[in-house]
Amino acid sequence: MLKVLVDAMRPLLEAARDLTPIVLVILFFQGLVLRQPIPNMEEMLVGLVLVLVGLALFVRGLDIGMFPLGESMARAFAKKGNIYWLLSFAFLLGFGTTVAEPALIAVTGKAARIAADSGMIASTQAAMDSYANGLRLTVAISVGTAIVLGVLRILSGWPVHFCIMGGYVVVVVMTMFAPKEIIGIAYDSGGVTTSTITVPLVTALGIGLATSIRGRNPLLDGFGLIAFASLVPIIFVMAYGMFIL
Amino acid sequence: MNLIEVFFVTLQSTLGDVLPLGVFLLGFQLLVLRQPIANAWRVVRGFIYVLLGLSLFLMGLEKAIFPLGEVMAAQLTNPAFLYGAAASSVTTIDWQDFGWVYVFAFAIGLATTLAEPALIAVGMKAEQVSGGAVSAWGLRLAVSLGVAIGVSIGCYRIVTGTQLWLYIMVAYSIVIVQTMRAPAMIIPLAYDSGGVTTSTVTVPLLAALGIGLATTIPGRSPLIDGFGLIAFASVFPIMSVMGYAQMSRWLVLRRERKQQEKQEVDDAI
Repeated sequence: MLKVLVDAMRPLLEAARDLTPIVLVILFFQGLVLRQPIPNMEEMLVGLVLVLVGLALFVRGLDIGMFPLGESMARAFAKKGNIYWLLSFAFLLGFGTTVAEPALIAVTGKAARIAADSGMIASTQAAMDSYANGLRLTVAISVGTAIVLGVLRILSGWPVHFCIMGGYVVVVVMTMFAPKEIIGIAYDSGGVTTSTITVPLVTALGIGLATSIRGRNPLLDGFGLIAFASLVPIIFVMAYGMFIL
Repeated sequence: MNLIEVFFVTLQSTLGDVLPLGVFLLGFQLLVLRQPIANAWRVVRGFIYVLLGLSLFLMGLEKAIFPLGEVMAAQLTNPAFLYGAAASSVTTIDWQDFGWVYVFAFAIGLATTLAEPALIAVGMKAEQVSGGAVSAWGLRLAVSLGVAIGVSIGCYRIVTGTQLWLYIMVAYSIVIVQTMRAPAMIIPLAYDSGGVTTSTVTVPLLAALGIGLATTIPGRSPLIDGFGLIAFASVFPIMSVMGYAQMSRWLVLRRERKQQEKQEVDDAI
């Protein structure tokens, strides 16, 4: 009986441990540095409880839902042995989870404003929308391409650091030639593409593939997909900037 | 009442994220792979947990942590706080005046990254796949330290107004050197953790801090300078994760060497 109770409480306790630092930072700065009382104490406490319960549920859901499904699908694709279906699955997974991402929509909107302010595109709504949409599509296609490249890497067993370092050399060279207005956005778009829903699924896909293909090590070959998904958009967005601006 | 309304709005937007993904996965499972899902009910329950959990999590963040974090970032970068009563007579910018900003950047970078759900997911998998050689908690701590250091340096850059690409190039050169020397098994994981850090929790708070700083300091553009912080938050974890692996390997080697030396001394006696 006690054991069941402890098992049920464990995710909550772990979530509490993960959130303690945030609470400490807020208390420290609010109380000792800024010397101000915390506004809306009641709201804050309600919010914290929500965050706590939410995090515990999320982690439990990953464990019983997302991870097993991602890995079993990866295994099924490996067994089926049809590479074209696997690659189209990979592309659509990357493209589909990125194209509607709210964070990406926000960032591309801001990017269009910067470009319009500095006179790189006409500052009409139509021109800004078309620029923002072009940027969003570019990022989504680049994430799809990135997952495809990452899957190809797992299939072929190339060491990840050659691909990534090669990619960064391209990024560095392009940074020197790309218009200044696009660089910040390009680096950021690498970050926003990997959302909380995408990361667990992509990780499970990589590990599932690496476990079911003989001669691949899940630790060496299974990880690295997210690295591709953060690198390729930088290159594509800078290319888009050089092309459009 | 209000709380319930907010919950449904958040649930709806999370559903918009999860539902297309669910349909897509189901489509491939049934039409291409043509297999029933193993433990279908359990998987569905898992997706419901993820959906509910993420909605509650985001709702709590919006309610409690984001507003406060943004107010704190604004207060810390406010000239009245930075220079005290002499705010109006300050004409030159000295990076040392911003001490609390760097400390706040470090602390908030560390704390929010520890609570990042995507990183928790990667940590869980890494521990499981490596058979415990990489501990989930150790990995997350290393990533969080990387973000903390990166963000502090990023704030320093906004204050001094130096070029972003200079920092990024130096950082990537260090990454390349470390890649050649770090244990092979950590490298893919290190590269992945660079991308994972910048999702739900960290980005809004960092953006608020960056924009606050860039607005306070004359000559900085909030739009251009505010953005760069996230780039810092993605490079530094790569270094810190590889550093963590290098350090733990070095400690193991040293312990072995010591034991060997002790053995030799014992043998000599």
